[in-house]
Amino acid sequence: MADAPTRKTRDDAPPTAAKDLHADRALLAEAVTIAAPRADLYRFWRDPANLASIMENVVRIEPIYGKRSRWTVKAPGGRTVSWESVITHEVPDAEVGWQSVAGAEIDNSGRIEFRDAGPRGTVVRAVIAYDPPGGLIGQTIARLFQREPRVQARRDLHRLKQLFEAGEIATGARNRRLRQERNEDQRP
Amino acid sequence: MKAIAWHGKHDVRCDTVDDPEILNPRDAIVRITSTAICGSDLHLFDGMIPTMQKGDVLGHEFMGEVVEVGARSTLRPGQRVVVPFPIACGRCYHCSKHEYAACENGNPAENQDIGREGMGQPMSALFGYSHMTGGYSGGQAELVRVPFSDVGPLVIPDDSIPDEKVLFLTDILPTGWMAAENAGIESGDTVAVWGCGPVGLFAVQSAFLMGAERVMAIDHFPHRLELAQRFGAETVNFEQTKVYEALQDMTGGIGPDACIDCVGLEPTAPSSTT
Ligand SMILES: NC(=O)c1ccc[n+]([C@@H]2O[C@H](COP(=O)([O-])OP(=O)(O)OC[C@H]3O[C@@H](n4cnc5c(N)ncnc54)[C@H](O)[C@@H]3O)[C@@H](O)[C@H]2O)c1
Ligand SMILES: [Zn+2]
Ligand SMILES: [Zn+2]
Repeated sequence: MADAPTRKTRDDAPPTAAKDLHADRALLAEAVTIAAPRADLYRFWRDPANLASIMENVVRIEPIYGKRSRWTVKAPGGRTVSWESVITHEVPDAEVGWQSVAGAEIDNSGRIEFRDAGPRGTVVRAVIAYDPPGGLIGQTIARLFQREPRVQARRDLHRLKQLFEAGEIATGARNRRLRQERNEDQRP
Repeated sequence: MKAIAWHGKHDVRCDTVDDPEILNPRDAIVRITSTAICGSDLHLFDGMIPTMQKGDVLGHEFMGEVVEVGARSTLRPGQRVVVPFPIACGRCYHCSKHEYAACENGNPAENQDIGREGMGQPMSALFGYSHMTGGYSGGQAELVRVPFSDVGPLVIPDDSIPDEKVLFLTDILPTGWMAAENAGIESGDTVAVWGCGPVGLFAVQSAFLMGAERVMAIDHFPHRLELAQRFGAETVNFEQTKVYEALQDMTGGIGPDACIDCVGLEPTAPSSTT
């Protein structure tokens, strides 16, 4: 048809910010700028032992073999969710991609990008795609319980930033007892 | 220790609470010798600021003696320090530009969500000022935990200087000073200052130091206007006087060269600009 609308041309914004994302598969991107060298951040990220220190939802990451590992994370309702994940590609000092293995309780995939940001250091950007457990209702519940993956990704990246820039992870607690209580508040 | 704790709107009490401890390497614990109540604390008292929780310890203007330090603090026990109210890491992009009040790392990640969702960007961290600014205990207490103690605290080396001479460096003096600085005052200017609380009174004095020839101070409390007058200002009491008309006349129809709002939240008489 001569008057058919032409295919919509996309703007320069990242596709993860598009309004017409498929509603039942969540796709998100979160970025943070960190005043540290790209290679140092990449090296930190590639060691699972380090990740547990900045990710508040991760209970444990167990290496299986080769590029496979088993992830156990906290989920709403006091449960944990566990799945096997495989590294799908890696570009040293630049990018790591992963994909959950078929049959995972939460099907998820994504990548972490490390980009030079000149005098400001490095941009670390997480792109995550997942099937929300329990569909959109489950996602709403997860959000209420602060287990929403976007919020978690943003917090984890900020803790990474604090660790690299400030050398420690900020806490507003007055003492050990109150810090423990606050950590328990974070739990569903 | 004893501490001033928030329990709800118009309900602030002196409680006994458990002491602060060193939690991070850059922390210090300070024993308070002097602390002030800020006009900003009134907004907490009036229940205007969201994300306060029962038992939160107030106070962001305080000084005292260092009693304990973390492994990476640059302070030493026994030192006398004045502690500025923003909690800044000193290492992030904004800190590198000396924009400490926009520090990206002072506010714990889980408390950054509130500002991010509500205002588009997270708030930076402050002492004793709600959970969206970090949920840190403040210094209207016997002891306080001071994070990033190598960045904010100013060491006062001279014991002969009394607390009252340096305490206001925590917040209220720099706030009045910066208000005047932002007004771009030039020598010979006429400056109008709304509000003669501590911020306004410091703005009046700062304006004169920056070269203002005349300052008009506007409020309705006679004793506050008297203080402004003592610092050289001409006073305008907005309860008796039409402020706009007075300022036009007092400046020969030109109006003030700079206007500084030192009232902020919760103005008592919105009509004082007309
Ligand atoms: N760094 C900061 O951002 C910072 C620091 C300190 C204070 N503040 C804010 O600055 C404001 C002033 O602080 P303060 O400690 O001087 O408070 P304050 O409450 O002691 O003084 C405010 C004064 O404003 C007067 N006032 C009220 N309505 C007025 C009006 N319409 N016209 C003229 N005057 C009026 C009041 O009578 C009072 O004297 C507060 O809102 C406070 O929260 C901000
Ligand atoms: Zn203040
Ligand atoms: Zn900072």
